[in-house]
Amino acid sequence: MRAVCWHGANDVRVETVPDPKILNPRDAILKITATTICGSDLHIYDGYIPSMQPGDIIGHEFMGEVVEVGQEVRKLKRGDRVVTSSIIGCGQCYFCQHQEWSLCDNSNPNGWMQEPLFGHGTAGIFGYSHLFGGYAGAQAEYVRVPFADYGCVKVPDGLSDEQALPVSDAFPTGYMGADLCNIKPGDVIAVWGAGPVGQFAMRSAYLLGAERVIAIDRIPERLAMAKNHSKAEIINYEEIDAGEALKEMTGGRGPDACIDAVGLEAHGTGLMGFYDEAKQAVRLETDRPHVLRQMILACRKGGTLSIMGVYAGFIDKMPMGAAFNKGLKINMGQMYGQKYMPKLLEHVVNGDVDSSDVFTHQMPLTEAKQAYEMFKHKRDNCIKVLLRP
Amino acid sequence: METESNKITSSTDAQQVGVSDTEKWASIIGGGAMVLAGLQQRSLRGILTAIAGGGLAYHGATTDKSLTDKVGDAVGANKAIKVEKTVTINRSAEELYNYWHDFERLPTFMKHLQSVTVQDARRSHWVATAPLGQTVEWDADIINDLPNHLIAWASLEGADVDNSGFVRFQPAPGNRGTEVKVVLEYSVPGGALAAVAAKLFGEEPEQQIGDELNRFKQLMEAGEIATTDGQPRG
Repeated sequence: MRAVCWHGANDVRVETVPDPKILNPRDAILKITATTICGSDLHIYDGYIPSMQPGDIIGHEFMGEVVEVGQEVRKLKRGDRVVTSSIIGCGQCYFCQHQEWSLCDNSNPNGWMQEPLFGHGTAGIFGYSHLFGGYAGAQAEYVRVPFADYGCVKVPDGLSDEQALPVSDAFPTGYMGADLCNIKPGDVIAVWGAGPVGQFAMRSAYLLGAERVIAIDRIPERLAMAKNHSKAEIINYEEIDAGEALKEMTGGRGPDACIDAVGLEAHGTGLMGFYDEAKQAVRLETDRPHVLRQMILACRKGGTLSIMGVYAGFIDKMPMGAAFNKGLKINMGQMYGQKYMPKLLEHVVNGDVDSSDVFTHQMPLTEAKQAYEMFKHKRDNCIKVLLRP
Repeated sequence: METESNKITSSTDAQQVGVSDTEKWASIIGGGAMVLAGLQQRSLRGILTAIAGGGLAYHGATTDKSLTDKVGDAVGANKAIKVEKTVTINRSAEELYNYWHDFERLPTFMKHLQSVTVQDARRSHWVATAPLGQTVEWDADIINDLPNHLIAWASLEGADVDNSGFVRFQPAPGNRGTEVKVVLEYSVPGGALAAVAAKLFGEEPEQQIGDELNRFKQLMEAGEIATTDGQPRG
């Protein structure tokens, strides 16, 4: 099959590799009909994610048709059209049973690698480095899906690939960002980052009862989408001071909750030589926790920070005193795809949310190299690229 | 006549343990504290055999050490490596104990084991793969077996790797399943096998044992061991 393989910073290649096989009884094999590049794939592309190995197949947001199932798969059969969570969950551990799927104890064969960094292992993720399991990714013609009964959700009849595909990752990530805000009637929610996850966070905040949503970004076409498609008020932080603007727009109180849909560009941490890399990361990251610092200062007293942008290592100069004395609640985590996907598909079917408009471009998988370059540099007003194998 | 208890109290380890200590150690091994933190320089084998009541004389728990071992002890060459690792598994103690007690199934999740052959209710033969394509073998006896709670073992005289330890199954609070603790001690013999045996559990034995416990958890909770072996790559 053809697959997008990572070979180093700014070096992805479409290569011919063997087709995936069933390796465990709860696996399914999907023929991928649509896949996409996530903003977090750019961290890999830029070479910031540790524990990548040349030749790794990348990609984690995808949908397709079931072509083969393992002997213990119960809910899926050949021919089913499904969308799959980017996070792999076993469905049986304490965390999966509490709907905290990205905390799964059993889906990451390399959980031991994470223990020195995180204290504990977390869930496997498709195509997202060996720290997260080393699973072959989904920017390919076929992919093997472990624990497929839990990760794959059947796509309701009548939905297009463009509508269903974001339910794999971008939509549940944004939705969880809003869900973690514990929104009450009258709440004003500020969202940093107007990329696809930010757009879904804004729309989800309204679904969950927010009164007003304010988007903060600097890219004109993304702010335009926030305003026109996600019904947000907008702040271009290159033009005005976002903190001052937020205060003025909220009667001096500050937003009730702030969602980080930007992250740290996940500047990583190594395994061996851990401290050296950490030092290096600190140097690289000196400007990066900017969003987090700004959120802490902007948020109303007693408000909530919801962090969905990816953080992987350390941050520098966190204003802990402000967060503590303002009594902020800080919620965060990789998204719980399996928890949210059925509900989000319902919202799409009901027309509550247009999930397809984030795709500004479509390209064949064979042009992945060009797609990465375009997406990275936001050329041609690119917000999200759908890739067709 | 020399009785079993005489043997125990006359051994070096058992002297350290002492009869009055036995209850204390039984409670440490059955309790929530770090076992190894209390053990310090003492031999796990000595304590386990003392608690078990000394049903049999085990190499290391008795005075009949070989001269080589005595010299080794004196110069610190027979350094014992001790490991303690615990994992919580979302299954009942009974289910986990029953799976583990069938020793021949252990190589399913213990990568370093090649085979285990059960000879009778007490004795089994173990073959482990060691670095450089070598294997090490030993016979072991169950020295304490508390159904659904604890299995303790010790290798017999002549083992390539002298080892002893226990696995304990204890209900976790809040209906979170069972806390499974493995405490293991092995000592590296002199001679040609020393270097091989020293790396039986790799450079970081804690991590190796932890990884094996994680695979046990995967198998018991999820029904399979997560893997990527055999998947495509560029």
